Amino acid sequence: MILIYLILWLFLGGLLAWLVSRWSTVWSRRVALFTAGAQLLYLLGIWLMNLSRPNLASSGAWLMEVDLAWIPQLGIHIHLGMDGLSLLLILLTDFLGVMAIAASWKEIQYKIGFFHFNLLWILAALLGVFLALDLFLFYFFWEIMLLPLYFLIGIWGHENRLYAARKFFIFTQLGGLLMLVSILGLYFVHGQNTGVYTFDYLQLLGTSMAPSTGMLLMLGFFIAFAVKMPIVPLHTWLPDAHTEAPTAGSVILAGLILKAAGYGFIRILLPLFPDAAQQVAPVAMALGVAGILYAAVLAFAQTDLKRLVAYTSVSHMGFVVIGIFAHNQLALQGAIVIMLAHGVTTGALFILAGALYERVHTRDLNQLGGLWSTVPRMGRVGLLFALASLGLPGLGNFVGEFLVLLGTYKVNAPVAVFATLGFIVATVYSLWMVQRIFTGPNLAGWQIPDFDRRELAIATLMILVILGLGLYPQPVLSTSQQTIQSIQQLTTREFHFLSDHLDHQGRAAIERVAPGRDLWIGPA
Amino acid sequence: MDRASITLLSPLLILSGTIIVMLLVIAFYRRHTLSAGLAITGVIAAGLSIPITWRFTPGSVASLLIVDRIGLIYAALLLFATGVVILLSYAYLKKQTVQPEEYYLLLLLAASGGLVIVFSRHFAALFLGLEILSVSLYGLAGYLRHRAFSIEAAVKYLILAAASTAFLLFGMALIYADRGTLAIDQLNLAHAAAQNAPEILLLLGVGMLLVGVGFKLALVPFHMWTPDVYQGSPAPVSALIATVSKGAMFVFFFRLSQGLPIAVHTSFGTTLVLIAALSMLAGNLLALLQNNVKRLLAYSSIAHLGYLLVALIASSSLAAAAAAFYLTAYFVTILGAFGVVSTLSGSERDAEELEDYRGLFWRRPWLAGIMTLAMLSLIGMPLTAGFFGKFYLLSAGVGASLWILVGFLIASSAIGLYYYLRVIITMFSQSEPEDSLAPLALTSSFPGMVALGILMLLLLWLGLYPAAFIGLIQSVLQVLG
Repeated sequence: MILIYLILWLFLGGLLAWLVSRWSTVWSRRVALFTAGAQLLYLLGIWLMNLSRPNLASSGAWLMEVDLAWIPQLGIHIHLGMDGLSLLLILLTDFLGVMAIAASWKEIQYKIGFFHFNLLWILAALLGVFLALDLFLFYFFWEIMLLPLYFLIGIWGHENRLYAARKFFIFTQLGGLLMLVSILGLYFVHGQNTGVYTFDYLQLLGTSMAPSTGMLLMLGFFIAFAVKMPIVPLHTWLPDAHTEAPTAGSVILAGLILKAAGYGFIRILLPLFPDAAQQVAPVAMALGVAGILYAAVLAFAQTDLKRLVAYTSVSHMGFVVIGIFAHNQLALQGAIVIMLAHGVTTGALFILAGALYERVHTRDLNQLGGLWSTVPRMGRVGLLFALASLGLPGLGNFVGEFLVLLGTYKVNAPVAVFATLGFIVATVYSLWMVQRIFTGPNLAGWQIPDFDRRELAIATLMILVILGLGLYPQPVLSTSQQTIQSIQQLTTREFHFLSDHLDHQGRAAIERVAPGRDLWIGPA
Repeated sequence: MDRASITLLSPLLILSGTIIVMLLVIAFYRRHTLSAGLAITGVIAAGLSIPITWRFTPGSVASLLIVDRIGLIYAALLLFATGVVILLSYAYLKKQTVQPEEYYLLLLLAASGGLVIVFSRHFAALFLGLEILSVSLYGLAGYLRHRAFSIEAAVKYLILAAASTAFLLFGMALIYADRGTLAIDQLNLAHAAAQNAPEILLLLGVGMLLVGVGFKLALVPFHMWTPDVYQGSPAPVSALIATVSKGAMFVFFFRLSQGLPIAVHTSFGTTLVLIAALSMLAGNLLALLQNNVKRLLAYSSIAHLGYLLVALIASSSLAAAAAAFYLTAYFVTILGAFGVVSTLSGSERDAEELEDYRGLFWRRPWLAGIMTLAMLSLIGMPLTAGFFGKFYLLSAGVGASLWILVGFLIASSAIGLYYYLRVIITMFSQSEPEDSLAPLALTSSFPGMVALGILMLLLLWLGLYPAAFIGLIQSVLQVLG
């Protein structure tokens, strides 16, 4: 039941923040901050408690689980479960939620209660997505995410907000509807096979179906997640949405919504359709690489700061796509680490952009320049997160991207080579961004206040997290390790290489047949 | 008529009794509140008699009507819709200058016509009910005689409905010529169609029937009357047309389709698929450019009937349950939307322009909240009844492998997002509406708010915990087959 309470806590916190705003807007903010912060501390406690427990190595177990009947006539249950991966992503959700609320403290002055209501409801819906073990419930929460975010962008956003909000909503809803058809298809296929009509994720695993059916159903999910991830060419909603959203909206969009798509790939798509996922893997990886490079080039060409960071999001997500579809434990680990690190990094960059906008009221890179002299703190923070974004070792992004490349190289070397170019292009746009904003002569003569204590606190916390991820990622890796192994066991598919099973002579034989390439084999 | 028949017909009889009592009362003592009170009492009494009748079902009356459980559920739905419209009309009519008492008379007559249609198992009964319903609606549509739009709507409706009824009659006659009976369950149409060479009379008859039915259901290509009539009629009457008249006709068509050859490969089935697809698409596409909320809701209801047809075509037990649920969700939603429109309407004009809703949330949060919930339900957003309705409908479609229709459903839903979102975001907009429009109502009346409150609670209840209602529908439909 704790899982239900976790979600309800955020829902009710949002309502409370809205009600309280009638009397005091400051208290509305405090209520929101407390709601997200208290839950963050609670989840941290759970995580630390479980890290020290030796039996975390047992596979297939959920740390917490709840299963209640909701609409039994249709086979729909409120089935929630938390394991390592969900715990990590929920931690990210609450962490970025707290950061977003803190960053909006001065920025949002209009209808503050309603703002925090929407913000907390998005977080609650995200929690639901990460915890749902019933496909209907997953779709339910997936859809609930949309409307508060639509309001967030459409009411508190910048000049072109209505267009951006609309585009975001329609794209995502369309993808979601396709996913619903796939869910229903799976429901009926399973029902016809076994006579049991259910939406339960654990029961739907291992549903046998014709390859063509499997491919079609998987495509429904694929498109839904590809829109949100985003995978080029379905990414066009993202730059507009990220740019026009208020700071909190951008942080949540870039930091969390995109991760929901990644989580969907890992938790839902790969285990439910292993064969179809294998078949589509080359295409997906190619699209991932294309995304990395294409988005990076576009990022370099931007003059709008937030749009630049938005394109870097697309670029980084390309790495995640590659990592997921490499069907390799290392790469999957890397993908998860990138998801966490990117959430923090891009969140920080958006907070920085928002702070800058509050001071100079422009996002145009041509007008900025030489700000280091007036706002050295912002400069330092900006430089650090730009370095994180480009994948500097010692910071979180590097760990993830390195693991992805390591894992992918074994499977598909060309993809790995092209993806490595991503490091170079990332360096280009990250340093370009820092150079345009902070270094060089202060031609416009900007004199602006630096980070105050609140913003410094936000930045410090995020720096600590990204440093932690970069220098000591082992706790994260061991937490998600269980999930990856559980997923393997749940799918009863093993991702392994032929060479693991051969001795020296066997490998030599393979070398003669397919020189320079290891054979990745799936199920028998 | 024996005692059993009287008990079976008690909802209808109570309603008719109320109508007669009202006629007499109006003749002697003309008072708005009294008429409205009588009307709502009659509706509630008829509704309360349904559980009593429940135990005696199923039973047929004079071979014209069949009172079975599914009919009673739909009858309850119609009575609920009528009751809500009465509550909404009370506040609405108070601001108008016309004599309001006959309005309630016509409302109850329309409701009784709808009930007859729901219970009919004979073409003659259908025609009786249809005419009672239609003629009442002509009067209701044109009730605000001083508004040009109202008269136009009434005349348009009269002429077009009369033409479609003519088609209906001709179709019934042709079917009678071929089959020799007017009772629906004795038509044996499925058997006839299975012979692979259905006679021309039968085909023509069913086709013409479809024209008549399609008009009432506002399906493409029989939909042209819908936006004008919805716009011209007083807002509560639009609500009535959107719910009672469509719902009753849909129930009849559903009963008829149990025996019709609507498998997709037959010509009839293909026609239905085409109509459904076009309705979904046209309804949503035409609404994209609308700035008039009543016309927007009219086009939206065209699309939603297209969605409902998917359940009809799927024709499985799951689909029957899906149709019942979706119809209920649709009723609640449309009543909510039109309820907000009518509550906001003033004496000179209805609150039909989108500009009237600009920033409504900051001025009148509860009204805007209900409108937002209604829009979300029409979109199919979770937490609302419309979400489960759409989901249920999609299940029926996927279960019957109607892939083309499912594709159209999804595409149309995506198109529909655009204008529903526009309404929502307009209500949350930070700017004030223009002053050039005539003023609207500033306060809401108590009955109207009660009606809207009930609708909002129902919307959320069906959206959060539909298991109870789904259980009821499924248990009733088991009996049906």
